[in-house]
Amino acid sequence: MANILVIAEHDNASLKPATLNAVTAAAHISKGIGGDIHVLVAGKGAQAAADAASKVAGVAKVLLADDGSYEHQLPEDVAPLVVATAKSGYGHVLAGATSVGKNLLPRVAALLDVAAISDITAVLSADTFERPIYAGNAIATVQSADSVKVITVRTTAFETAASEGGSAPVEAVSGAGAAGLSSFVSAELTKSERPELTAARVVVSGGRGMQSGENFPMLEALADKLGAAVGASRAAVDAGFVPNDYQVGQTGKIVAPELYIAVGISGAIQHLAGMKDSKVIVAINKDEEAPIFQVADYGLVADLFKAVPELTDKLG
Amino acid sequence: MKVLVPVKRVVDYNVKVRVKADGSGVETSNVKFSMNPFDEIAVEEAVRLKEAGKATEIVVVSVGPTQAQETLRTALAMGADRAILVQTDVETQPLAVAKVLKSLVEKEAPGLVILGKQAIDDDCNQTGQMLAALLGWGQGTFASKVAPAGDAVAVTREIDGGLEVVSLKLPAVVTADLRLNEPRYASLPNIMKAKKKPLETVSPDALGVDVTPRLKTVKVAEPAKRQAGIKVPDVATLVDKLKNEARVI
Repeated sequence: MANILVIAEHDNASLKPATLNAVTAAAHISKGIGGDIHVLVAGKGAQAAADAASKVAGVAKVLLADDGSYEHQLPEDVAPLVVATAKSGYGHVLAGATSVGKNLLPRVAALLDVAAISDITAVLSADTFERPIYAGNAIATVQSADSVKVITVRTTAFETAASEGGSAPVEAVSGAGAAGLSSFVSAELTKSERPELTAARVVVSGGRGMQSGENFPMLEALADKLGAAVGASRAAVDAGFVPNDYQVGQTGKIVAPELYIAVGISGAIQHLAGMKDSKVIVAINKDEEAPIFQVADYGLVADLFKAVPELTDKLG
Repeated sequence: MKVLVPVKRVVDYNVKVRVKADGSGVETSNVKFSMNPFDEIAVEEAVRLKEAGKATEIVVVSVGPTQAQETLRTALAMGADRAILVQTDVETQPLAVAKVLKSLVEKEAPGLVILGKQAIDDDCNQTGQMLAALLGWGQGTFASKVAPAGDAVAVTREIDGGLEVVSLKLPAVVTADLRLNEPRYASLPNIMKAKKKPLETVSPDALGVDVTPRLKTVKVAEPAKRQAGIKVPDVATLVDKLKNEARVI
């Protein structure tokens, strides 16, 4: 009976929530075929991340590959480690469909000479999965006959596994280390006090209708009242109102919060792809023909520069 | 340095696709096709590298049906030098495309391969990573800046928390994100000139690659429809509905 391997996403000190969504997807697969869920943590000085993984409910074992070459989890270095681990007896290799997972897993799949299955939204059986195509305008059911299924998991489609309650042993493993093809130079991370966009319960997003970056503090004030994250449409990002990691859509982040408030966003196909699975959608737009109103549970046709401050006030 | 740019012919990004009634796929007859938007950005980047004196020749490649010739002509009109069509009528999946590209890379020996980060039809986001793996090259995915210098290329990548810069040993594979550049429009004289540029057609068999799909598509369905919502007259009603009806605040 083959086990299931989940690749942990972490910053060496703590686990990223996407790992917990991937563990839940792994649990769905395990329900049908059995097999234990193991988590692979590749990093440098990553004992804390491995300890966090060992506490996750449902995890049977944590493999820790601690080596200087894995510090930034470059796919050239980590993929051979994942491949060697997968060959030691795993039927599935999973990771969250984040920028890290999307970068790494197709490389792993090609080295194993198997197809990769991107961004699954449902597990139908151990070899059959659902995934959105055409910017979420169609759902494909795909079946894999490969010996190892290499899968990235749409994080918003699976609950997070409980981060407490498990007590899996941590086992040290080692890989080939640096491949010498690439090196990390620098990172520039956007600092924010607000919740992470993909994990937030409420998201307030602004589009071209915001007119300039100087008007975004108005949305931030509303977001702070709601404990929300702030997002944006591609138009707002391209116009330079906000950094690109705010972008929600086919090419940006996929979110599915309980409440999504779209302000000054027309609702292009590519934007809807990133947010239409939100539980409740509110649209504030002065154009009553805007396509966003076709998916909004509550639409307000109004000037956002009046409506947003009024909304913020009323929530006080 | 030669640059190889793979491009894909896809249903135009503005088209609202319709799922076929028999669940076998989406309707593609009588639908507008264009070059995948991420691939336009890849072509533009290659042309800019040539204009900056960093690239010597740009070869564009497409794996797909005969009509993909049009997509290649578009790339030639944007400034590519020559084109190769790997003609096949089967559904092209990333692993097969990566193997075809690997075989072409071995023939053409480019210093850099620039792809789009994903195709907007299958939304896979895999081919560039798979090609890099098969070649044993470094990969700079989701690139918003590409700066080759000497025997390395610095790639600024869009990651979930912001940006990251990696340095890759050349030759390397780069996949373009939307913010890498603003693709140019092909001018009429350039479209005319593109008709005279060389376009070679080969079969996957001639390259020794089996392109049979590995993943079986069991069915394609419409996504769940959202219930039609209501319009509220003012902010007070909106707050009331969110508090008492939807109970989300």
